[in-house]
Amino acid sequence: MEKLSQNDTPIHEALKKHCEQRVVHFDVPGHKGGRGNKELKYFLGEQCLKADVNSMKPLDNLCHPVSVIKDAQRLAAEAFGAEEVFFIVNGTTAAVQAMVMSVCKAGEKIILPRNVHRSAINALILCGAIPVYVDPGVNEELGIPLGMSVSAVKEAIRKNPDAKAIIVNNPTYYGVCSDIEEIVKIAHAHGMKLLADEAHGTHFYFGEDMPASAMKAGADMAAVSMHKTGGSLTQSSFLLCGKNVDSGYVRQIINLTQTTSGSYLLLSSLDISRKNLYLNGKDIFKRTVSYTKYAREEINAIGGYYAFGDELTDGDTVYKFDPTKLSVNTRNIGLAGIEVYDLLRDEYDIQIEFGDLGNILAIVSGGERELEIERLISALSEIKRIHGTTKAKTLNQVYIEPVIKNTPHEAFFAEKKCVPLSESAGCVSTECVMCYPPGIPIIAPGELITDRIVDYIRYAKEMGCQITGTEDMNVQYINVMK
Amino acid sequence: MELWFTETHTENVRFSIRVDRQVVSEKSKYQEIAVFDTKEFGRVLTLDGYIMLTEKDEFIYHEMIVHVPMAVKPDIKNVLIIGAGDGGTVRELTRYNTVENIDMVEIDEEVVKVCRKYLKKTSCSLDDKRLNIFYEDGLKFVRRKKNEYDLIIVDSTDPFGPGEGLFTKEFYGNCYQALNEDGILINQHESPYYSEDADSMKRAHRNIARVFDVSEVYQFHMPTYPSGHWLFGFSSKGLDPVKDLKADEWNRLGLKTGYYNTDIHKGAFALPNYVKELLKDE
Repeated sequence: MEKLSQNDTPIHEALKKHCEQRVVHFDVPGHKGGRGNKELKYFLGEQCLKADVNSMKPLDNLCHPVSVIKDAQRLAAEAFGAEEVFFIVNGTTAAVQAMVMSVCKAGEKIILPRNVHRSAINALILCGAIPVYVDPGVNEELGIPLGMSVSAVKEAIRKNPDAKAIIVNNPTYYGVCSDIEEIVKIAHAHGMKLLADEAHGTHFYFGEDMPASAMKAGADMAAVSMHKTGGSLTQSSFLLCGKNVDSGYVRQIINLTQTTSGSYLLLSSLDISRKNLYLNGKDIFKRTVSYTKYAREEINAIGGYYAFGDELTDGDTVYKFDPTKLSVNTRNIGLAGIEVYDLLRDEYDIQIEFGDLGNILAIVSGGERELEIERLISALSEIKRIHGTTKAKTLNQVYIEPVIKNTPHEAFFAEKKCVPLSESAGCVSTECVMCYPPGIPIIAPGELITDRIVDYIRYAKEMGCQITGTEDMNVQYINVMK
Repeated sequence: MELWFTETHTENVRFSIRVDRQVVSEKSKYQEIAVFDTKEFGRVLTLDGYIMLTEKDEFIYHEMIVHVPMAVKPDIKNVLIIGAGDGGTVRELTRYNTVENIDMVEIDEEVVKVCRKYLKKTSCSLDDKRLNIFYEDGLKFVRRKKNEYDLIIVDSTDPFGPGEGLFTKEFYGNCYQALNEDGILINQHESPYYSEDADSMKRAHRNIARVFDVSEVYQFHMPTYPSGHWLFGFSSKGLDPVKDLKADEWNRLGLKTGYYNTDIHKGAFALPNYVKELLKDE
């Protein structure tokens, strides 16, 4: 086989060739290139339906890659500086879960910041590992959780020398990075694996002057949401592995839960996006950073809003700040972030990533046009003019130290009863409650529900946050341990 | 040899003009700019394949966009124009000696260059001393202004392409803020006839009506625009376009016009039922 370069897209090219060959299909999917479902074809486009095929000899098989998928994964590994890359089509959730389950089993400890995404907590429910939470530290003024300080990680290791791994958010949803290079060294010195949740960190691998990427820092595994800022289709993702990882075992773990009918729309989108990032990533993220820098300046000039950035860095809980993030604190215009989020959406047809109690987050990826950046800034200026007050919003606490009574696995599968959320203080929850987005649990299975937590959830609900996680779709009741 | 320029008005309707020769065609950062000579309409300017103006009928558009507000508030002194790179709106405005300052914000400098060179009929007043031209995004420019202007004229292209931001609620809100307390906003308001244009018109009206106290719509005939039936919006913080018309005062100025007169002014605000219906829906 001739040597492939980053200009190649093996899955995409094989798929194109397959479509050109006009193969007769007596296999799934049953829409047969759209002929069997015309409305779907008209909506999504004929090309899309034609490319939606099942695994077959010339297209390889995601569960057991030996040809084009293997080649594409090789190219991705080269592009990201990883030993091995797995293409994931079940969302970054699947990558995070595979990562956790690859390094720890039931009863083993894993050190992680409490502000992880629910997918990490869910991995603990599935595999029975015991979480050791590190307080991520909080910026009181902004009301956002930060990163883990090196000293807090050292302390957690000292108390739990038997832990198997450490998870680092690189970066958090808000753009905060921990000192991942140092934490990798400490983890390895203690025989622990370092896992990075890089759901929001794809650009670290390609942009200039970015915080360190997990692979560069020497991490063992990283879950990278290619679909978030990398340009691939929603639900497609990469799991990156470093040197000392048994990739065969990782593949077995992935195959426990990942589909056996990997979507070629998603796979080819990963393939093409990897090429695009490798060839154009530097320019794309340069444009992104110039947009966010401009927007931060303009939004701060409106007054009241605080679009925060690099000035937050303190070499500790905010080791680095992701320059592509456009996070804006809204409390000094007298509105909760979620209220601004709703106004942007309902009054100005502008959809941003999320609003929490004190902040909004807009994702900028370089795919925007200048006029759209102007629209966002102008709409924020209008929202202040029409809805703003001078009374700063009082902020509820943002980080509630969890009191862990059971492992997430024990609690989730325990005998349970259903109680009104308002009367649940003192009980041990068997499920997660979170605002979504960002999807960071306010309470996780196995944690003691306190009055503060009940208050916090009620307040977030009042402000209009979308609360999710409980079996009760209205989140008025919660399942707790008997 | 026959050469025809064709604009697609809807998926099923096309409008064609026989072209004598193409004068210029170039691509700017924002759009494709072209100028043709035609027998029927004289010189024609198109942006991204859409007719912006022709020498033969531009007077209708430019008179109606300028004289209507000027006849309601003859003491207008400070004016902001967004778009209008061809200069036609400026030409009409500079006929008023009482206008003291005109800020024109055009995103595409190339349009102005092309018009200065090839469309002298509209660009003839672009060197007026009272005029300041800013080449930047209108949305950005107006956001920084508070209580400054007596009149804002949004002489924009369509709500797709570079003019998109000029049909949004945030833009109209920023205009409201930039106008002084009896200020007037005039905007290019699309057409009620073909459904796609009508949707843009309805959206624009809804967005303006949510911001301004008075938001009326008036019509004029534009032979080279889709359906020929076109609208401008008149919005203000209180002034009524018909009740507050200063007809005698305007007529005393003795301006010679080809389309506008104070009777047309009143009549233009009388709308067909189907247009009223479209506006009411929102």
